Amino acid sequence: MIPPIARMIFHHLTRGPRTERRLPPPDLDGSEELARALGERVRQRLGRSLSIREVDAGSCNGCELEIHAVNSPIYDLERFGIRFVASPRHADVLLVTGPVSRNMAEALKRTYDATPEPKWVVALGDCGRDGGCFAGSDAVLGGVHEVVPVDLHIPGCPPSPSQILAGLLALLDGVSKEPAVTSS
Amino acid sequence: MMMGNVGLLDFLSVGERVEGHVPWPRYRLDIRQWRALVEQLSTAEWSLMAEWAEPGEVHAALRDEETAEIAVASHPCLDGRFLSLGAARPAAIRPERAIFDLWGLAPMGLEDQRPWLDHGRWPHLHPQAAHPRPPAEAPYVYPFLTAEGEGLHQIPVGPVHAGIIEPGHFRFHCQGEVVVRLEERLGYVHKGIHGLLMGKSPEQAARIAGRVSGDSTVAYALAFARAVEAATGCLVPPRAHWLRGLMAEMERIANHVIDIGAICNDAAFAIMLSHMGVLRERILRANQTLFGHRLLMDCVIPGGIARDIDPEGLALMPILLRTLRKDFNRAVKLYNETPSLLDRTTGTGHVSGSLVHRFGAGGFVGRASGRAHDCRRSPGYPPYDDLDMAVIESLEGDVNARIEVRIAEVRASLLLISQVLADLPRGPVTAALPARGGEGMAVAESFRGEVMAWVRLDDRGRVERAHLHDPSWFQWPLLEAAIEGNIVADFPLCNKSFNCSYSGHDL
Repeated sequence: MIPPIARMIFHHLTRGPRTERRLPPPDLDGSEELARALGERVRQRLGRSLSIREVDAGSCNGCELEIHAVNSPIYDLERFGIRFVASPRHADVLLVTGPVSRNMAEALKRTYDATPEPKWVVALGDCGRDGGCFAGSDAVLGGVHEVVPVDLHIPGCPPSPSQILAGLLALLDGVSKEPAVTSS
Repeated sequence: MMMGNVGLLDFLSVGERVEGHVPWPRYRLDIRQWRALVEQLSTAEWSLMAEWAEPGEVHAALRDEETAEIAVASHPCLDGRFLSLGAARPAAIRPERAIFDLWGLAPMGLEDQRPWLDHGRWPHLHPQAAHPRPPAEAPYVYPFLTAEGEGLHQIPVGPVHAGIIEPGHFRFHCQGEVVVRLEERLGYVHKGIHGLLMGKSPEQAARIAGRVSGDSTVAYALAFARAVEAATGCLVPPRAHWLRGLMAEMERIANHVIDIGAICNDAAFAIMLSHMGVLRERILRANQTLFGHRLLMDCVIPGGIARDIDPEGLALMPILLRTLRKDFNRAVKLYNETPSLLDRTTGTGHVSGSLVHRFGAGGFVGRASGRAHDCRRSPGYPPYDDLDMAVIESLEGDVNARIEVRIAEVRASLLLISQVLADLPRGPVTAALPARGGEGMAVAESFRGEVMAWVRLDDRGRVERAHLHDPSWFQWPLLEAAIEGNIVADFPLCNKSFNCSYSGHDL
């Protein structure tokens, strides 16, 4: 009898990967915002490789669900050289979600301080920009920029995986106007 | 006072009935009657559904497990104190610590008096009280419980974790690899939801309610909408009920499949996560086509649903259901026929049935340990009253049992969706919400368990007070029990098999 795992692997071998080939163009607004933050010299140093540390600073966990989706085989973020790492010490980029609850502010600052230079901060979701629907509460600071400097916003509540990809590709491309992805 | 086998409503009727609390009654108990309630709880089969407060008054929602009666017991705290339910109902301990943090009402007789949601970082102490006090001088140093013995060491984890998950702190005491004690510290994502909801219109408040815990947005929006509809006497058209049911089941399947995959991934079996990730994406894309949002946020609104189902998407549903069923079965077969994986999940993270009953834990955590409660059945709400639905239960209580229960629930939800699509009533999907006052309460079964919403609207129909209760309140403490005696390396497995909400708990 053929074990189920062999069946599944065979299935993938014969039918090819499920990964989405149509890709969103890099977010142009994001590119311009980033051009200020990301010099050509730095881009050369990093090449096309980015390590991201995700920090939930009070999100409703909706953004985390869509970040997980970007890691799924459908969007397969790692094929662009972008990967999520387990420690800020390994990261180039902090991807921060949430309106920044007061109880998380210090943890966010300390995570930022633990990230080696050069480093960038991407605020993900409407809460990360200005607190979103939690703005006005005494228990939140209202946006990632209240605690650490932000280089790029990816809007949405939550942003779709395509929007997240577009934003991160903009981050990779920086000032370069080359197309981010050539179709495989 | 009455003793012995007395029903919940009979018992509470000694108190003053509060008019206009719909659909279940609310009774205001004086100090003597509240004390009697605490005494009665030590023998009665009444489970705590939620405990919360407002300035000067504490509320406890209770369910009689024998008669299925539901009621709210309220107690005005004249001198800012109330007798704790914590000794009789351990599930009440953390909610009562939170009540002191937020409203400044002190639970008398509660053994654990440490702050819970308040980390000493807010601009005021007791921010929801009538008169908040000046802030703490410095962030609190939290006195963790200790464990003593030869060779014991501590492992602190969080609030920022290694994976892409929400923040919380776990303090392990270990002997070698074995966990002797785990203690959780939560509250990091407290956003002040109670304060935010006050003064909002039901529509604005529903938007916030749908973001208490993003993975259960349909269940929260549904519970809140139903509470508002109960308070205002709004009658929702049948089609809206059925489509709400469709959304709730889509949400349940999407969460269950990815969690089953993620548990296996935490046992280093990554192909399950990949496979389930593909299934989840199909569901989310269907959500986008059907209702216009991948996670179905803001799709359930007070009075109905935000928009009717997309006819083209509806026509594709039979194909979606067929492929989902097929691919899901393939993954389940893989799970069931991989002994090295089953070896990790079987017998790991055991929760006893008695503990689950003592805490009144719901959802798959409760059902995997023999507490067969599902609020879609009891008290029940549309459209489930008209659908065939089984409550799935296991007695094993380990990680494998929680996976098995969730597998069965995915299949049950697929069947429910088929029934909804087959009998979908025609007609409008919204009803106008009367702008009037009142108190309403409702429950909705999220993928995680029972979400409870309570709301009081003022005469103009605006939210005066509201509370939203996450099932995680009664599941988080059980995780501490589940991990005891297991090895540290199995913690991710146990944690993911619970998948409690941080955001829903911290509010």
